[in-house]
Amino acid sequence: MEHTPPQFFHRGPAPIARLTFFALLSVFLMVLDARFRYAEPLRQVLAIAAYPLQQIATAPFVALARAREFFSSQADLREQNALLRAQKLRDAEDLLTLQALRAENESMRRLLAAKEQVPGEAIFAEILYAGRDPFSRKVIIDRGVQHGVQTGQAVIDSSGVLGQVTRVQSLLSEVTLIVDKDHAIPVQVVRNGLRGVAYGSGDGTTLELRHMASNAEVETGDVLVTSGLDGLYPRGLPVAKIAKVERDAAYAFAKIVCLPVAGTTRHHQVLVLAPAAGTPAWSSESDRPKKGARAKRSARKGE
Amino acid sequence: MAANPQHILLPVRVSFMAASVIAALAFNLLPWQDLRGVPDLLALVLTFWCVHQPRKMGIGIAWALGLLMDTANGALFGQHALAYAALAYAAQGLHRRILGFSPWQQALHVLVLLLGSQLIMLAVRMIAGGTYPGASFFLGSVVCAALWPLASFILLAPQRRAEEVDETRPI
Repeated sequence: MEHTPPQFFHRGPAPIARLTFFALLSVFLMVLDARFRYAEPLRQVLAIAAYPLQQIATAPFVALARAREFFSSQADLREQNALLRAQKLRDAEDLLTLQALRAENESMRRLLAAKEQVPGEAIFAEILYAGRDPFSRKVIIDRGVQHGVQTGQAVIDSSGVLGQVTRVQSLLSEVTLIVDKDHAIPVQVVRNGLRGVAYGSGDGTTLELRHMASNAEVETGDVLVTSGLDGLYPRGLPVAKIAKVERDAAYAFAKIVCLPVAGTTRHHQVLVLAPAAGTPAWSSESDRPKKGARAKRSARKGE
Repeated sequence: MAANPQHILLPVRVSFMAASVIAALAFNLLPWQDLRGVPDLLALVLTFWCVHQPRKMGIGIAWALGLLMDTANGALFGQHALAYAALAYAAQGLHRRILGFSPWQQALHVLVLLLGSQLIMLAVRMIAGGTYPGASFFLGSVVCAALWPLASFILLAPQRRAEEVDETRPI
């Protein structure tokens, strides 16, 4: 006891011991987060602590945007008005046919007794800022759990699919963009209905349509829409346009590079779509191959 | 350093340290459109206080602030925490050595420390399967280190006394 130093010199554990402790704790948290997604509750608590600071940091920019909107000149407004009028006229034609088509579609669906895909309530949101994580492509939007956002919801802007909600906080949520490396989206070529899966590429600006045979019928300029097979994205939303197709006989698959249609312009307004009905159409009771079907078919063959 | 006489500084105020850290954190949370070359001011301020006040700022606080950064940025939980803890350890270990140099030479030391912490983050994210952000990822550290002399001037300002020549005063 007499050899212990006086309290004045007491400085706690050695720095290397502290570093080891905190490093191990970090690694533990990272494994929890990356492998098991167990870190969410702690993240929620910290998010609430960081929220006021985030608000303070973004407030001047929001105020600036509001002010710019308020003071936009009359000429700008008139020009915009004219543009919108023209756009409206052009859209009116589509809209009219759309109504007819929707009615027709509904009756056909009823005929098929298919489950009606009721479009639920979509949530309007604004992009606050791009995620400050250079290793992934995410944006933060200003709607969270309190507004009814759930993980897995699709997010679109006026031109196409932007991404999906991957993490929700109480007042904010994170949207992983379709160009993120870890993001995959099932798509369909509009021209011929060919299905595939588009993955975000490493560079963060393009998508890649992988696992398509090198003789697959895709061309530059083909439009890809969601096929809805994943039960997350509703069917038929524009996703990307094929920018380049490289066919090399040495490889089994073609290298197809696509450019996303959404998010190219700085759209700050986005729409969080209602969760898609979890069951794809084919699993509904009426479409399931019935027990008697095979027997009937064989009977028909026999005829 | 010889041309620049050492002044005896006033004791630091913990409230000022806290305010500077919070201001740096708020800067880091600004909505940047493009992140290339944006300095991580929180790392800079942490390094500064670890070098100048190693008994008041340390690995534990740096780690906690790192966690806060991870949450706000939606990064891997613990990535910034690990990098900042290592940064604080290195800065505390080198604080006597660093303070012996002139401000620009100090900045070179700080550059190495900041690049090291970014390398840790890069390594962690590559293992976790992230996108390689390109060499411009490290540009932020260079900008940060270039800001070191300015940061030293600003953050030490409250501790300087009024420069009045008084030959009769002992200190």
